[in-house]
Parts: sequence; C-alpha cells; structure tokens
Amino acid sequence: MARPISHLPGFTPIAMAVFAALYLPLVILVFYSFNAGEDLAHWEGFGLHWFAKAWENDQVKDSTIRSLWLAAVAAVISTVVATMAALGTTRRARFKGQTFIYVMINQPLMVPEIVTAVALLIFFAWFKVTLGYQGMGYLVLAHSAFCIPFAYLPIRARLESMDLTLETAAADLYATPFATFRRVTFPLLLPGILAGMMLAFVTSLDDVVITVFVKSAGQDTLPTYMLGQIRRQVSTEVYAISTMLLGLTVVMLVAFMALTRKKD
Amino acid sequence: MSQTIAISAQNVIKAFGHGEHAVRALDDVSLDIRKGEFFTLLGPSGCGKTTLLRLIAGFEMPSGGTILLDGADITNLPPNKRPVNTVFQSYALFPHLTVAQNVAFGLEMLGKSKSEVSARVAEMLALVKLDHLAARKTSQLSGGQQQRVALARALAPQPKVLLLDEPLSALDLKLRKEMQIELKRLQLETGITFVFVTHDQEEALTMSDRIGVMSSGHLQQVGSPKEIYTRPRNRFVASFIGETNFLPATREALGYRLDCGIVVQAPASQAQRVTLTIRPEQLRLVPEAEGDVPVKITNLVYFGTDTHCHMSLPDGTEVVARLQSPSDGESGLQVGQGIGLRFLPGALQVLEE
Repeated sequence: MARPISHLPGFTPIAMAVFAALYLPLVILVFYSFNAGEDLAHWEGFGLHWFAKAWENDQVKDSTIRSLWLAAVAAVISTVVATMAALGTTRRARFKGQTFIYVMINQPLMVPEIVTAVALLIFFAWFKVTLGYQGMGYLVLAHSAFCIPFAYLPIRARLESMDLTLETAAADLYATPFATFRRVTFPLLLPGILAGMMLAFVTSLDDVVITVFVKSAGQDTLPTYMLGQIRRQVSTEVYAISTMLLGLTVVMLVAFMALTRKKD
Repeated sequence: MSQTIAISAQNVIKAFGHGEHAVRALDDVSLDIRKGEFFTLLGPSGCGKTTLLRLIAGFEMPSGGTILLDGADITNLPPNKRPVNTVFQSYALFPHLTVAQNVAFGLEMLGKSKSEVSARVAEMLALVKLDHLAARKTSQLSGGQQQRVALARALAPQPKVLLLDEPLSALDLKLRKEMQIELKRLQLETGITFVFVTHDQEEALTMSDRIGVMSSGHLQQVGSPKEIYTRPRNRFVASFIGETNFLPATREALGYRLDCGIVVQAPASQAQRVTLTIRPEQLRLVPEAEGDVPVKITNLVYFGTDTHCHMSLPDGTEVVARLQSPSDGESGLQVGQGIGLRFLPGALQVLEE
C-alpha cells in the first residue's frame, strides 16, 4: 500500500523550503519590477515606469532583437540536426559505437560550459584573424551546436514511444521511405520536434557564458547586455526586462507541456 | 504451373546473428501456396512462422533462397514494391488519421485518382461493416472494430496475397469466433490468397484450406486440416494438433508388436522401430475378452458431453479414450476395472522417427 508522499515526516517543511528557494526570488523580482520609485529596496507604489524605460532604451531593443533572431536561427538549425540524429539512432538497426554517438550528441550537457566557451574563443579567434569575418556567424554556429542535445532529447523520447510497426505498415502499403517519413513519421513526431525546438530556443535565449566568449564588439544579446548593466549599477530596468523574459518563458513552458503530454 | 501458385518459397533460410551465435529461424523451407486458398502457418512461438510471413512481406531479407510471387522473383524487393499487404498483430493503425484515411493510405500511395480512392474506401468500409465510423479516429474504436479497419486497409489495394500475423490473438474468445467466420467470408468474397499465421490449432483447423505445420525453423507437414489431423507425418504434428495417444512398437512380419507384446495392424512403414498413434475418439472400449489389448482404467474425467477414460496397458503405457457420455451420465465404468481396448480398422497411424 503506497501512501501519498505527503505523509512522510518532514515532507511539508522540506517541500516549502525548496519551493521558497526556487520561487521567492522570482516573486520578489517580479514584484519590484512594478515599483514606481527609483530605489531598489523601497516599495514606492505600483508603476510601469521601468517597463516603459526599458522599452525606450535602444540598446535593450537592439539586444532583444539580436537575442530573438539568434535563438530562432539556432533553434531551427539544431532541431533539424537533432531530428536527423534522433532518427538515425532510433529508426535504424543498431550499429557499432551507437552509445558513443549518443554520448557525443549530448556532450554539451556534460562538458562544463566555460570549457566549451574558452575552446570556442580560441578556435574562432583563428578564423576571425584569418578570414577577417567578424559577423554573427560565430554566435549562430556556437548556439546551434550547444542547443542540439536540448532539441535531441525530447525528439528521441517521442520517437522511442512511437511504434516502429507504423512505419513498417506504411511501407507495406506502398509508401516509399520518403513518403513514410512525410505521411507517418513526421506528423506523429511533430509535437516532439516543436518541443525540442522550443527547448533549444529558450536555451539559446538564456545563454551568457558561451555568448560572452564568442561575441565580437557590438554583438550584445539581451543576457550579456543585462550582465553589463548590472556590473555598473543594479537598475530596476533589469528587473523589468527579467519579468518580461520570465513571462515569455512561462508561455513557452506551457506550450512545451501541452505538446509533450501523452494523449490517449 | 506458375498460374496456380501464388507464393513459392524455395529453400528459404533466415539466420539471425553471426558466426557461432547465429540462429536459424528458418532452415531450408520450401513451400507453395496456391492462388485463392486460405493457407495457415501453424506452430508454437519461435517456430519461424512469423519470420516466413515477414520474408514474404519484405520486412526482412532471407539469408538464402528465393521467394516467388506469381512466378516472379520478389526476394530482394522492398515491401513497398510488393503487391502484398499485411494485417499486423498490433493492427498498426495510423493514430493521426481517421478510419477512412487509414483505409485510403495504400490507394493514395499507389497514385489512384481521388474519385477511385473514395469509391474504393466506401466499398471496403461496407465490406467490413464500418461505413458509419468512417470519420472516427482509430483510437475511439473497440478492438474488434480496429481489427476490421486493419483488414479493410490491407484489402483496399487489392493485394495478390493478404498476410495475417496472428490478427485474432488480442481479441476475447467470443469476438475471436466471430472474426474467424468473418475472415473466412472476406476471403471467399474477395478471392484473395490469405496467408494466416497462428499458434492456435483450432483456429487453423476451422478456417484453412491447407495448413503448414512448423516447428524449430522447419516445415513439418503441409496438408488439408483433415490430412493433418488424421494422418500426421510425425510425432510433433500428431501432438501439436489435437490430443493423441502414442504407442511405441516394433515392425514384424505380421504387423507391429506393441511393447506389451501384442501384435496389431497398421499401415506399412520402412522403419523398424516406430510410434503408433491413435486419437482418443477412435478408441473403443469392449469387454476384456473381446479387445485387441487388455487395459486397466486408471482415471475417469467427466467433461459434460465427453468422458475421458485414462487407461494403462500391461507394460504401463498410458492411453486416453474420449467417450460420449450416456444420457444419464452413468458410463458404468469404474476406476481399477479391467477392460478391452479395440482399435478401429485404419485408425492406427504410423509415425517413423
């Protein structure tokens, strides 16, 4: 007889402490982003002053747009690669070194980000000098690469829960391998692909460490811009931007949950 | 010759694994399936029957041998190039499509025109009596209905051969009986060759025109249900299809000497040492003095219409007779009683090996 976990002694205080540690800072952040006053620590009434100020700030606007399109491009590229990788590792006969490939695909989850960042800094520095190209290509490449495992995992999970017999049945009913993918595999996989893409998007949007090391001058994304602001003086404007980012994340999270939920 | 043969498997071998660990799921199987017949591959799990079906469908490639369809070599064709369709054990209906879209799938892949597809889908749904559910998602259907969709989907492209992989095993008994009749009806109405895989001997006997009994990668016997039942070729076939008695014997000039010393008559054979077999319903009980063999009753089991009478021969060999229960339920037999056993002429069969 399994009793609910809440009957275990000490469950309630521990759970409360964990949730407080997780969410209290966010609540305070959101709360103070609506502060009408200048002071960070004193509540001076409700106001949208800081949202308006952030909205009017060209640097905020530039870095936001840069962040969004970088995340969008990286999400699309990494999802395409991750989908192919997931199909290759679940829809084909097992091959020698499959586990090794699996580890390689998920490498960005395991190697400390700072190591990757330094490696990319040195690697891209050589290209920057040799080619003379300073554009956004480096950031796109770097983001696409570290987003792959985030896109790969939900797609693979979805594929593994899909009955392989469905594809066999499609082939039996005269579908070519491509028609099988287009008419059966892809429509059934689509929720996984969208979930993977969203996860990749959020991961890219959020990245600081690799972006700081890879970006050239004038390529601030929203997180690196905010970091720069905070280094000088903590401003309530950063609170407001964070609140907006949080709102976007919540929307994406809800969509992600809806897509990955098992339908019966 | 090739006009009457739908599927011809010639010396087909299928090995899984490599080198010393290789397992032969099919070991040199040759088989002809006639056009328009209901052919059943029967055998216990792991006997290779599903492997043979998957080779015919093209889901697996044989390690050796040839498979012909209407005389043409299809051994190396991918499944989408074979005019053969399958009803899967799990049905494998496309969950994102409606009933009608599922049935239309094969026709669309063959590039049929829209009007032809919709006409054929309607015809197929009427055939399996599901016209009223055309717009439903397959997940909203019962097991029996899903089964019918799977059948309609596989029959819609008018395949030369329909392959059925234990399609009834997920259904409950009552539904299974209904579907057996339904399948037979569909086969007669469409005239398509059915190759049916099952481990259920009763299913095989009631539906098939011919049965191929398989065991450990070999085809043990091919024949009509009657042939398989009344003249099993070997011990495996005799014991897998129905219940039977085995009597070890030695060939002599005047017949076969049972191990208890009594000589009986049975068809001629080459081997010296044989096993005689007789079905429980073909044993007759007579007064001890009139029987071919004297036996002792060891147990009586009442089954309603039948009574099973367990007996032992003088040398200890156990046999079972199936007797029709008398109307008052009293057979007059008693455990421990001595009685005579008579073999009806022609009932004893000889199994060599």
